[in-house]
Amino acid sequence: MTAPALTVEGLVAEYTTGRRGWGAQTLQAVSGVDLVIPQGTTLGLVGETGCGKSTLGRCLVRLIDPAEGRVKLFDTDITSARRRDLAAVRRRVQFVFQDPYASLNPKLTVHAALAEPLRIHGLHRGREGARVKELLELVGLDPRHGHRHPHQFSGGQRQRIGIARALAVEPEVLILDEPVSALDVSVQAGVINLLADLQEELRLTYLFIAHDLAVVRQISDQVAVMYLGRIVEQGPADTIFTQPRHPYTQALLSAVPVPDPRIQRARRRIVLDGDLPSPLSPPSGCRFRTRCWKAQDVCAHTAPELSEQGGSLVTACHFPAPPAQPTAQNQHKEVTAP
Amino acid sequence: MMKTVGPGPRAEETPEPLLSVRNLCVTYRTDSGSVPALDQLSFDLHAGETLSIVGESGSGKSAASLAMMGLLPPNAVVEGSVRFRGRELLDLSDKKLREVRGKRIAMVFQDALAALNPMMTVGAQLAEAVSVHDSSASRAALRERAVELLDLVGIPSPRSRSDQYPHELSGGMRQRVMIASGIANEPDILIADEPTTALDVTVQAQILDVLMRIQDRTKSAILLITHDLGVVAGLADRVLVLYCGRKMEEAPVEPLFYEPAHPYTRGLLAALPRIDRGTRRLAQIAGQPPSPGERPGGCPFQTRCPHADERCDVIPRPVRVGENHTAACVHAHEIERVTP
Repeated sequence: MTAPALTVEGLVAEYTTGRRGWGAQTLQAVSGVDLVIPQGTTLGLVGETGCGKSTLGRCLVRLIDPAEGRVKLFDTDITSARRRDLAAVRRRVQFVFQDPYASLNPKLTVHAALAEPLRIHGLHRGREGARVKELLELVGLDPRHGHRHPHQFSGGQRQRIGIARALAVEPEVLILDEPVSALDVSVQAGVINLLADLQEELRLTYLFIAHDLAVVRQISDQVAVMYLGRIVEQGPADTIFTQPRHPYTQALLSAVPVPDPRIQRARRRIVLDGDLPSPLSPPSGCRFRTRCWKAQDVCAHTAPELSEQGGSLVTACHFPAPPAQPTAQNQHKEVTAP
Repeated sequence: MMKTVGPGPRAEETPEPLLSVRNLCVTYRTDSGSVPALDQLSFDLHAGETLSIVGESGSGKSAASLAMMGLLPPNAVVEGSVRFRGRELLDLSDKKLREVRGKRIAMVFQDALAALNPMMTVGAQLAEAVSVHDSSASRAALRERAVELLDLVGIPSPRSRSDQYPHELSGGMRQRVMIASGIANEPDILIADEPTTALDVTVQAQILDVLMRIQDRTKSAILLITHDLGVVAGLADRVLVLYCGRKMEEAPVEPLFYEPAHPYTRGLLAALPRIDRGTRRLAQIAGQPPSPGERPGGCPFQTRCPHADERCDVIPRPVRVGENHTAACVHAHEIERVTP
């Protein structure tokens, strides 16, 4: 077994809405999440808008301080790290954001943007220029374009710059928050392949946060599915995508269109009724029960724990689909939540 | 033998098209010169069918729909012809165009929050959409029609929802209101420009279901503009692929996916990660799409195309490769056509 690069235990993250004293409410965006990512592998974290996946990612580098729980980078406890130690931790865990145009300083040349983290962390002193060229080559950009500004690059190239900037300080873990969502298909494939190559070459560990399930299947070893702040199912990517046991995972997968007319038109889709409940007042018991076609009384009373389903798959459901049931891809009965 | 067909690849079809677009060009005049957005686009849309225009950022797919609706900003120069039931739309005065727009041809936009009026209840907006084209309806009748429309697009408790403002609704609900407003006057054509792009997949599934149900009921033709080939595979009857403002390929949906003839279409399909397949190395399309000012003469895809040679320096004409299937590529007949 490879050592876990990132370990998350009982993570809770909260936001306060409104003004203090004036109807202020606490919104729990992440409600007790456990995760382990072995070194050199990718965990894909999926879920829809508002499920808490981005908040979770930000907690890992303490861009948001978690309310409860622990995050460990190898043996270093990030949650209890002091300010000074935190800088060292953040060198080892880097972030890649969705929109590199927003995260790159428009006034800095690419060279300056890539040299800045080196200077801050005192790396490659005296040979920053050479290191910047190396980095640009590493992500498939022309090293002669270092004097250009972000606006002179296309979307795909800018995302490569965002990746180069994250890699500048030689991190062990990358948190990729929707890194290819803003890219067109024809350039997206290149960035996905680049991430796979870099992982192999540098033995990087990825937390890959995305709502595009096809991209997640492409890149992930493990997949965790989040709904309203909780992980509802987690396991090896192939198992999650071919034999999901949680009704939400099944519905989510069945809703993703497949770019093949005959397959897509023959698929039975599970169309969920209604909208995501407000995270300010999540449903009691199982949070998915208000949209679940299997919900019973017990679902309203008792929140299901993640339990072993065999094959390293864990599912938080009182009535998980039986293992013999074929995949959600093609053979599901059409069911509509009541 | 290569057989080329002119701008009207469906000339062999007999029924009069509902909408007939010929040599449509859109150019934006800017301080730094003119920027071409759409170049010589021709196609027909027939009653009751779903035609999908697919393309990436900058392909001109939105410029095409906005030009048809007369909704482009003043710095856009539009040339060519857009005929609706034989009537030229590009020459119509604003007043005349308004009679067509919203009534015979309606549009659903991507961003419902920007398209809906934040100061009006959704019921009032729907009533307005109806009353603009039917001034005889009474207030009570308009109100009833608004509730009926909300019900039609699957909004639960439509009566109470009609008194709410857009910000009180979820993204999916707002998009349903947009569709309700689009179909308010039972248009012949519904143009849906990236109708589900801002939505989560489970909500997208709901909205696409609504669109299909509505079409079953109203028999409207749908012009679906999208970048998502999965959505196209599920909904479209025919597909137009645009790249850099030019039509690359046009085909019925199955030939497009199973026997694509244009190298760009083939590249796109091979580059797609798929939920029903395990990990494999994705095929990349080399390079980056050229920016509008830097497009090469001749075939705009030649800078990234594995088949490019000196013959690509001339703008390729559409080549017929199958029934109702054309590809704008001089190599179209040489490329082995198997499912990518």
